Amino acid sequence: MTAGQDEPIFDLAIVGAGPAGMAAAALAGEIGLSTVVLDEQPSPGGQIYRNVEHAGGVPLPGASREKGAALAAAFRATALDYRPGTGVWHIETHPGEPCRLWLLRDARVGQVRARRVLLATGATERPVPVPGWTLPGVLTVGALQILLKSAGMVPAGPVVLVGNGPLLYLTAVQLAAADTRVAAVLETGAKADLRAALRHLPGFVASGTWRAGLALLREFRALGLPVVRDVSEVTIEGGDRASGVRYRTADGQSGTVPAEVVALHEGVIPASSLARAIGCDLVWDAGQATFRPEIDTWGQSSVAAVQIVGDSAGIAGAEAAPLAGRIAVLEAARAVGRLTEAERDRRAAPFGRALSSLLRGRPFIDRLYPPRLARSPLADPVVVCRCEEVTAGAVRAALASGASGPNQIKAFLRCGMGPCQGRFCAPTVTRLIAEARGVPEAEVGSFRLRPPVKPIPLAAFAAAMEEDAP
Amino acid sequence: MRTADVIVIGGGIHGCSTALECRRRGLSVILLEKDHVARHASGVNAGGVRRLNRHPDEIPLAMASAALWQSIKDLVGDNCGYRQTGQIRVAETEAGLEAIAARRALVEGLGYSHEQWIDRETLFGLVPAIARHCLGALYTADDGYADPSRTTRAFARRAAALGAEIISPCRAGIPVRTGDGWQVPTDRGPVSGAAVVNCAGAWGGAIAAGLGEPVPIEPVAPMMLVTARVPPFIAPVVASFDRMISFKQSPNGTVVIGGGWRGRAEPEANRALVEFGDLHRLIGNVLHLFPVMREARITRSWAGIEGMMPDGIPVISPSATAPGVVHAFGFSAHGFQLGPIGGRIVADLVETGKTALPIAPFSIERFQRASWREAS
Repeated sequence: MTAGQDEPIFDLAIVGAGPAGMAAAALAGEIGLSTVVLDEQPSPGGQIYRNVEHAGGVPLPGASREKGAALAAAFRATALDYRPGTGVWHIETHPGEPCRLWLLRDARVGQVRARRVLLATGATERPVPVPGWTLPGVLTVGALQILLKSAGMVPAGPVVLVGNGPLLYLTAVQLAAADTRVAAVLETGAKADLRAALRHLPGFVASGTWRAGLALLREFRALGLPVVRDVSEVTIEGGDRASGVRYRTADGQSGTVPAEVVALHEGVIPASSLARAIGCDLVWDAGQATFRPEIDTWGQSSVAAVQIVGDSAGIAGAEAAPLAGRIAVLEAARAVGRLTEAERDRRAAPFGRALSSLLRGRPFIDRLYPPRLARSPLADPVVVCRCEEVTAGAVRAALASGASGPNQIKAFLRCGMGPCQGRFCAPTVTRLIAEARGVPEAEVGSFRLRPPVKPIPLAAFAAAMEEDAP
Repeated sequence: MRTADVIVIGGGIHGCSTALECRRRGLSVILLEKDHVARHASGVNAGGVRRLNRHPDEIPLAMASAALWQSIKDLVGDNCGYRQTGQIRVAETEAGLEAIAARRALVEGLGYSHEQWIDRETLFGLVPAIARHCLGALYTADDGYADPSRTTRAFARRAAALGAEIISPCRAGIPVRTGDGWQVPTDRGPVSGAAVVNCAGAWGGAIAAGLGEPVPIEPVAPMMLVTARVPPFIAPVVASFDRMISFKQSPNGTVVIGGGWRGRAEPEANRALVEFGDLHRLIGNVLHLFPVMREARITRSWAGIEGMMPDGIPVISPSATAPGVVHAFGFSAHGFQLGPIGGRIVADLVETGKTALPIAPFSIERFQRASWREAS
């Protein structure tokens, strides 16, 4: 096994090569930290700048291709141990010892050790558990986009998009470009959301992130797709697979749209599985209605050797992520003795100013596109945990019979124990408990995660052992 | 102040079984649990309901407990996921065969017949997926497994239904003698009772020490793995005389793998951490014994905190220093099967100071004896 007592101990291991990871790595290299970058993708860019090094790569909303390409170029130009196609499935952190990162690359388990770890694992789509969301034919818009991009799998039948936010509009534009019939866009934004958001408009304008957003919105409107606004309830109908979407708006209109594919999206939340499995403390972010890792201004988590940056620490977008990554690297350099505190502060100051300015734009987006279906009351028959097929009713019954927290729900129902490790059900379980107990979600907490954060074939361990054999 | 005849410290299977049995005998019970029922070892162990290969001193207790498992549903109102699939311990080498021969001589010499020798062909018939280098096995056909968390909660639920007061989360301190009874300080105010039962598992040593009878208990964290579901391919629970492994497929298709590999126990932080360096070796053992597992995927790993005694058997004993206190802890990573009988033994000790079962080997005083000190 590449267990490596004799392997080098890196100063810094960066997990993720999206905008935060790329920028952090480039600066780490410049400062002279010995750095390893571990990323699941075959090339740098992360989700938002996927394929940015190639002409065809189209960035996601809120990101400019030029900026992504520049980050990737600077990243490539830096002397680093860059390991694409490498998943990190667990990190062992013990005070006074180097961190041990467990990897999966080319179907082989491996390890690296590093004094510090920077998690830049990005965002994941918020689960939207509506009746019928587990039927075949229902997916997230992110999954739909990947289908579109890889192998150009275009849905033959009508597609219905449900939810809100820039990614939903972008997907509509992309589907139209691929000659797919979008039967309807059911927008779950409410009029009240716009009013709530307007209060934060000045910050948004000042942040400068509005230009790209406005252009996308114009492009979306120009398509002239059937749009239903202020949708407050959705049921996906179908027997073996999705056949249509029944909806109701806040002012009482209702209807049914036939659909072969239904794509759900109500924004993204931090991809925090690794942080949770390591045991980093979480805080409830009321503005984004999600738990996120608790960090200070340097990205420092509650675990001494671990910093968290970019969207994985709280959704702030692709412009903010590189700044947060650089700020964190400066602190990592201080922690390993490469920079003095004064140097760190001096170099971080401009990044900090730029970051605060950008972050002023965030509340506008958060208020404009809040999760609605994902925060609506859940009927008992709705499936909460897809892996173990646990319904909202079963969770409520377990609560009534004495379970009081997320980890007990796990023990009672196996909810969250499947291959996804609760990625799809954790927010819902927390919400159901909060409702039943009449306490805030912040007080309920979330599942403890158990490594590996992604399923690992036993053969991957065997491959490492065979490699190791004399 | 809340008062009961018996204060039970610890909401694991032995604490909950004790609470249930004391209620069945009409004693009032308060059970104090610092986290929630079945939080640690009782909730996360492998769930083996096993007599096979027990320490000889434990066999009489395991036999008596096995009889209670037969009617577990009558006892606690739930079948606890109990299945008598058999337990098998294979020999893979000549050394393993010699270990089987020695074991058979020992067990048969004590007059027991629950552990049977099975030859290769019988083994391959029972476990078609096992590697063909295996040479034979010991087999107990009516051993099996249960769902540990569900079982422990069922004991707690039945105890509560019979009137036991279960307080959690509630951390107990060291009991203090008051008159002819005991007062137990807790973070939610003191409780008092005529008797105190220490079923605090890995934390039981601290209570014993506080009562002036320290024991050499070590908190350990046996690690477990579970895979994603695979089609059913094996019924019995399998272990080996030649390597550290325990292996079973749950009714839902997941495969649960353990075998005593230890992670990091941090009882003060109330947690146990897995370490994949050693799990890596466990996975090697799995593939050696079950090549069919190559394509299975590991979805989760965990460890629970157990109290390990240096001689590998628990303390089940009246206190030698504190009249009215009974200890039942340190089950050394194999206390689950003993849960049903453990509650009865402790209730006997609470009521009368003695029990019909042979518990002398589990005395807390054994660590004070000269013979022990010399040996260690």
